[in-house]
Amino acid sequence: MDHIELSLTQSLDHCIKCNICTSACPVAAVTDAFPGPKYVGPQAQRFRHEGQPVPDASVDYCSGCRVCNQVCPTGVKIAELNARARAQIVAERGLPLRNWLVARAGLVGRMSCGPHAPLLNFGLRLTPARWAVEKVIGIHRKAPLPASSTYTFRAWFRKHRAPTTARRQVAFFHGCATNFYEPHVGKAAIAVLEHNGFEVLLPKQQCCGLPLISNGDFKAATSAHEANVQALVSYARQGIPIVGTSTSCTLTLKEEAPEILALHSEDVQIVAAGTYDIFEFLRSLAERGELKTDFRPIERHLPYHQPCQYRAHRLGSPAMDVLSLIPGLVLEESHAECCGIAGTYGLKQEKYQIGMDVGAKLFDMVKRSGSDLALCDSETCRWQITHATGVASKHPIEILAEAYGLEL
Amino acid sequence: MRTIETDVLVIGGGATGTGCARDLAMRGIRTILVEKGDLTHGTTGRYHGLLHSGGRYVTKDPQSATECARENVVLRKIMPHCLEDTSGFFVTTPWDDPAYGDVFVKNCRLTGVPVQELSVQAMLRREPLLNPQISRVFEVMDGSADSFLATRSTALSAEEYGAQIWTYHHVVDLVREGDRVTGAVVEDLRNGERIGILCACVLNAAGAWAGKIAAMAGVTVTVLPGKGTMVAMNHRMVNTVVNRCKLPDDGDIIVPIHTVAVIGTTDVHVPDPDVYGIEPDEIQFMLAEGDKLIPGFSQYRALRAWAGVRPLYKDRDVANDRDIPRTFKLLDHAERDGVEGMLSIVGGKWTTYRLMAEESVDALAKRLGNTRPCRTAEEPLPLPPTEHQTTFRPPVRTTGPGASVAAEVEALQHAPLYWLGKHLSEVEHEQSFADLICECEMASRSRVLAAIDAGAKNLDDIRRDVRMGMGPCQGGWCIYRTTALLFERRGEDGLSHANSNDALLHFLQARWKGLVPVLWGDQLRQARLDELIYVGVLGADRLRPIAEQGGGLVTDNPAVATEYVKA
Repeated sequence: MDHIELSLTQSLDHCIKCNICTSACPVAAVTDAFPGPKYVGPQAQRFRHEGQPVPDASVDYCSGCRVCNQVCPTGVKIAELNARARAQIVAERGLPLRNWLVARAGLVGRMSCGPHAPLLNFGLRLTPARWAVEKVIGIHRKAPLPASSTYTFRAWFRKHRAPTTARRQVAFFHGCATNFYEPHVGKAAIAVLEHNGFEVLLPKQQCCGLPLISNGDFKAATSAHEANVQALVSYARQGIPIVGTSTSCTLTLKEEAPEILALHSEDVQIVAAGTYDIFEFLRSLAERGELKTDFRPIERHLPYHQPCQYRAHRLGSPAMDVLSLIPGLVLEESHAECCGIAGTYGLKQEKYQIGMDVGAKLFDMVKRSGSDLALCDSETCRWQITHATGVASKHPIEILAEAYGLEL
Repeated sequence: MRTIETDVLVIGGGATGTGCARDLAMRGIRTILVEKGDLTHGTTGRYHGLLHSGGRYVTKDPQSATECARENVVLRKIMPHCLEDTSGFFVTTPWDDPAYGDVFVKNCRLTGVPVQELSVQAMLRREPLLNPQISRVFEVMDGSADSFLATRSTALSAEEYGAQIWTYHHVVDLVREGDRVTGAVVEDLRNGERIGILCACVLNAAGAWAGKIAAMAGVTVTVLPGKGTMVAMNHRMVNTVVNRCKLPDDGDIIVPIHTVAVIGTTDVHVPDPDVYGIEPDEIQFMLAEGDKLIPGFSQYRALRAWAGVRPLYKDRDVANDRDIPRTFKLLDHAERDGVEGMLSIVGGKWTTYRLMAEESVDALAKRLGNTRPCRTAEEPLPLPPTEHQTTFRPPVRTTGPGASVAAEVEALQHAPLYWLGKHLSEVEHEQSFADLICECEMASRSRVLAAIDAGAKNLDDIRRDVRMGMGPCQGGWCIYRTTALLFERRGEDGLSHANSNDALLHFLQARWKGLVPVLWGDQLRQARLDELIYVGVLGADRLRPIAEQGGGLVTDNPAVATEYVKA
């Protein structure tokens, strides 16, 4: 067992029972079904034994938001312990159909994306259809499901004509959401990168595996990550940065998949080290004076929510830092721990209300702002915010593209 | 002075004495057992928790090995709820004589200790953290045992058969009339009351203290107290008992028991079983030995260190202390010393306690004209009220030398075997996670209250009943909660808050003693937080003036307040 793996498995030893994670946990604050990170993490871990039946079930109520990791004063890897404990439950009791389905964002996206998307979107807005989906599968009837796109991002990119003046290259990791639901986010990212003199390459890729990890399907998650590493490693080895707009996808490539799935090969490490969130990347350009600042003023006051998965990158607030360069634009930070959706968590029938309660603070803030637009880096959070508040939401990269005056 | 009459007075509430009381009571013999502390307060409650396969003794002490192998099977049948079927490995590390492996197997066969060699690959699949440089592995039927629970269950059975179990009763003197011991004077340590006990026979089962008791009757019994120090690590890095494949030595065994892994032990002869300390070099030595079994062992979090004293009986014909066998001996003082009315049962080990009781009671019954046979090997022990009845049965071992016994035990359908996830699964099942008193060890309010209602006298008694305060935080969060419950529950009996304060201070002090030897790294950080809770927030350092003894909680009587006195 290598030292990275040991640092995770041994991290339960660092718990001093201080309860800081329990008091910070947004899920434990709103439901009695979740005993809190200390209990399900380092505490329960002392009672688990791989050769024996799984003794507990409540860990399944962990949303994986990683707030516990962030606040732990002694460095216990609580979220990772929890993810693994859930995977043990899945290994023993099997994956419910609903979780199998929501964990496969790519598969679902591929099936729903295309010319038939408007019909499907219409169908999924009908109350009886959603009622049936809840009864049959267990996805809550009110849960925010994204609207499928009539075309994929990759299809658009194939036809896209890149400028020929590029001096440097980046590889873009678009993730499932951009490809099947929100190609406009990817288009904005490409426009911004190209505007800054980059040739954008589009590596082969599949789902980052995060929904598989958070639903405990480690086998599928491992093969997804291994495939991605295989596709991305040549870029990373050439020093071509891998940049993504989905904060959870980039976190998965950087950290979650290697740590939780115990994948520590050299290739995995090289890809992890070569992956950047797009604003992390742009901020580093700005710090070196290489980011174009030909912004048109945007006289707006917008609420901004930094997703829990973005804070878990431990980078401060790169999107805020970069957007602050736009004249006139004022962002108000939500300071909310989590929107509650946590990827696929808030879609589930038994967890929908928990997700909504977790996000209440954020929703209040967005509503109070009076704005007709909110910014957030993560797709599922945007869908949740719009669902809960009725306020439209965008990825910050879209505002940046707008400030550059770029045609999308 | 009140005087009570009985057939047999058993002295000592450890595994052996309690086992004797049960056996006596089951044969219809009137019995009183006195123990100066709580049950298991002496050596039984301070051992590493190994259910011996016998493997450790096959070469040096073959009789003990055979006894252990037999009793191992008996105990699995009568107290499954106290035992975990961990199985055990004997491993040849690069530091051990590679030739001993064959000797070990041969001697296992000779002594009837079931053994099976395993490939190193198979060992590493089961226990990936073990040293990959290990060259040979032998699997035996080791297990781990909750000696607190086993003794309480035994006492409960004894009481059901009519025995009286008196804890916190100290023997002041044995009464000798001519060549005969006719009884004893005991003192209730909580209120100072002295009681005379008249009996046909005294059974001295005081373990390391047996010499002190025998001396009261003017008889010399030489028990050499052998101090064994152990360290509990914060979690189980192995789920199998791991022994070095060599002659038993210091720091050569890791026992996964409940939520911890215990490394043991040293063996230091001390002049007095009541006076001993834990030396830093003992701890360092054992952790370094642990590194040989599990690379990096010494870097894991150590929770606590403690020591117990082995009752090694030195026969009059043994010249060298090293040759003292680990087997037990029943001394009939009439034959041996010409003193009637007293037997001493000395030596032995936890795994053979029932056999020791059977032999002792056979001799006593014969003397009393009782011809009823011993049934302690057949009748299962009852569950104390702190144990929940669960229907879940952990999977039965199907491989290794213990497989056939496991199937046989399972077929009896007695209480389910203990398994590591037991208490967590119960808390999950009851959804009582918001009602945990000791969070580390998952002791729910209902179990703590059951312990108090069943007669736990102080916080340390509750600890032995439900493991309250034995986890990583060593009582940081549960001591004040449990104190409050004790006060609430016993307030009507006249227990004052000042008595409760005294109990709290007493328990904090006892926890602190075990923490001091391992104060570095995570446990130092923990101790600092605990200090902030108890001193910084609760002002426990200023509690002494408003704490007083009473309510039957704590006694400072030197007879029991003995542990860890710095030698």
